[in-house]
Amino acid sequence: MVALPSETGIPPKVHYLNADYGIRSWLLTTDHKRIGILYLISITFFFAIGGLMAVLIRMELATPEGDLFQSDTYNRLFTMHGIMMIFFFLIPSIPAVLGNFLIPIMVGARDLAFPRLNLFSWYLFNIAGLFTIWALVHGGVDTGWTFYTPYSTRYSNTHVIATALGIFIAGFSSILTGLNFVVTIHRMRAPGLGWFRLPLFVWSLYATSLIFILGTPVLAITLLLLAAERVFGIGIFDPSLGGDPLLFQHLFWFYSHPAVYIMVLPAMGVVSEIVPAFARKKIFGYRFIAYASVALAVLGFLVWAHHMFVAGMSIYAATVFSALSMLVAVPSAVKVFNWTATLYQGSISWDTPMLYALGFIGLFTMGGLTGVMLATLGIDVHVHDTYFIIAHFHYIMVGGAIMGYLGGLHYWWPKITGKLYPRFWSRISAMVIFIGFNVTFFPQFILGYLGMPRRYHAYPPEFQVLNVMSSAGATILGVGYLIPLIYFIWSMRYGRHASSNPWGVVGLEWETTSPPPTENFETPPVVTRGPYEYSRSEEVADGR
Amino acid sequence: MAADARAVVAHHFDSPDQQREAASLGMWVFLVTEVMFFGGLFLAYVVYRGSFPHAFAAASRELDIVLGTTNTALLLASSLTMALAVRAAQLGRRLPLVVFLALTMALGSVFLGIKMYEYHHKFVEGLFPGAAFRFSGPEAPHAEMFFCLYFAMTGLHALHMVIGLGVLAVMLVLGARGRFGPLYHNPVECAGLYWHFVDIVWIFLFPLLYLVGRHA
Ligand SMILES: [Cu+2]
Repeated sequence: MVALPSETGIPPKVHYLNADYGIRSWLLTTDHKRIGILYLISITFFFAIGGLMAVLIRMELATPEGDLFQSDTYNRLFTMHGIMMIFFFLIPSIPAVLGNFLIPIMVGARDLAFPRLNLFSWYLFNIAGLFTIWALVHGGVDTGWTFYTPYSTRYSNTHVIATALGIFIAGFSSILTGLNFVVTIHRMRAPGLGWFRLPLFVWSLYATSLIFILGTPVLAITLLLLAAERVFGIGIFDPSLGGDPLLFQHLFWFYSHPAVYIMVLPAMGVVSEIVPAFARKKIFGYRFIAYASVALAVLGFLVWAHHMFVAGMSIYAATVFSALSMLVAVPSAVKVFNWTATLYQGSISWDTPMLYALGFIGLFTMGGLTGVMLATLGIDVHVHDTYFIIAHFHYIMVGGAIMGYLGGLHYWWPKITGKLYPRFWSRISAMVIFIGFNVTFFPQFILGYLGMPRRYHAYPPEFQVLNVMSSAGATILGVGYLIPLIYFIWSMRYGRHASSNPWGVVGLEWETTSPPPTENFETPPVVTRGPYEYSRSEEVADGR
Repeated sequence: MAADARAVVAHHFDSPDQQREAASLGMWVFLVTEVMFFGGLFLAYVVYRGSFPHAFAAASRELDIVLGTTNTALLLASSLTMALAVRAAQLGRRLPLVVFLALTMALGSVFLGIKMYEYHHKFVEGLFPGAAFRFSGPEAPHAEMFFCLYFAMTGLHALHMVIGLGVLAVMLVLGARGRFGPLYHNPVECAGLYWHFVDIVWIFLFPLLYLVGRHA
């Protein structure tokens, strides 16, 4: 008989949270779990700033007239919203918080390969964030998060250099995180833990790390050239000096398209953990999902020019990039089909992480399918720079990446803090977020299709109904994000103690205590089977 | 020996071998990011050289080939002394390690000195891009593009050399204190990998910048 797993338990006497006290023990820690929590605090802060910008944007767009902000202010608002959310929240979110916490535990190691480098990358990240906030406080940037030249080099008289430097430094922090993950996954696996016994979350973060390593340096050198161009008046991207602004766009998107996979691959990894856990079933097509992660990372580097179809490319290049972009749908669909097949005939429980994972699958599918539409040359020319694009990438980034992040946070929160959060409120918030998200962004597909351009603070009155809907949805979404913030903080003090395996699932991280000891395991683990072995674990329990 | 090994293995590694393999893999991965970093500049070079071949050839002839060749020889020699230093560290031979590291640093410093002299010369001749740029040949704006890339690429390379000298100085101090031996020498190995990488970047920069205009 399988005993029903108990949710609550007695916490261990000594664990990583109480092994040492005081602010110094946190700021100088080399424990990957504590660094994960430091990152959690930092990115929540940056998310709040980016979110505030979004609130202001939606307030302005509630009426057709540009009445709340002047167009210059509005330009700064959407630029800062994009920069904060992309570089300081989404990119570090799952890798730096959940990846930091979980990868060493999932590979059965005591820490990441380079713990001090890990702490260093957190400091770099915060210095970068402060740089960017400094620029924000002193007037902001108005180039859009894409920094297109020659506007950003010649004409904009805002704080382009400080912001670019902030992103440059943040880039090094992600490079170091990626490097740490790759070396840890290659060299620190527990005895018996072969590549195809790794949890799919580790596979997806391995693929993400490859993008960190191969893509981020290109963004770094591009921003460096941009800053040099502004400071010294040289003209690598300046057409009046023989330079080519298209070269900037190529270099920028060579990183920034793969950056989308930095955001969504880790979320896919989270979903690949949650779906089998709450369907109580071995994942369907393990190797296909693992290879699909790597395929997405590789394909992601071959499609960047689909952002430039109207920038003046040759039709032959555009056709090739269009076809390659559509190929991205193949590994994405492989994943969605395998998750669906895992659900088939599973014994599904509707716990909060599962709600988020199902939300991810639905919203990511919407975002992905509209992505195929956008990869089609004719449609792209029609809806380029409209709200259709805005809706599409928010379905991927908010509907995909943030749903995955929140799902993962809810799934592993009992492991991270050793506390349980209120089941009722967490389910409510998952549904509020799902509804709020769709009310916010679905109208934007229609707006864009009807021709409302992005990046303007005023619009023709006939678009008002849909815009008011969108602003109302944003309010719901905002409330949805506040609820978890409140009950997570509440749970740290008042939550019941979680058992070491509150969900009754398999995985190395559930075999250690909640919260884990500083060196992760009381006895070093030896792995004898693959992940997600639900049927066999019951047999073992039966045999006892 | 076992106690000796444990003293140099960080708490989260199982063995000195695991620690060394992690360090060298980490260094190789870091060098991959460096290749991508320089890659952006090389791409810009390829694009603009393709667009303005004559201006690039004319601008390239302004560079001093004697100094460039001397610098190439210096860096190649420093890679040899670096390799010898790594070997000395692996064998735990303190004096040769210190001597070869010092030699490597000396060669690197002379390289940087010559580079500074070249930069100074270009400034005086008005070949630094910007408002004061003066170029007598045809296609002056495109020649300016060449010098943009020249200063960006060699400047970034020189910055890497400076960092490398700093790393080697640390290795020199640790080596003089006898920290390295057959069981623990991965810092010297990693420093060596980095130094060779910086050398290899120059091996590409030299022909692309100094030699393109020679036969035209
Ligand atoms: Cu893209």
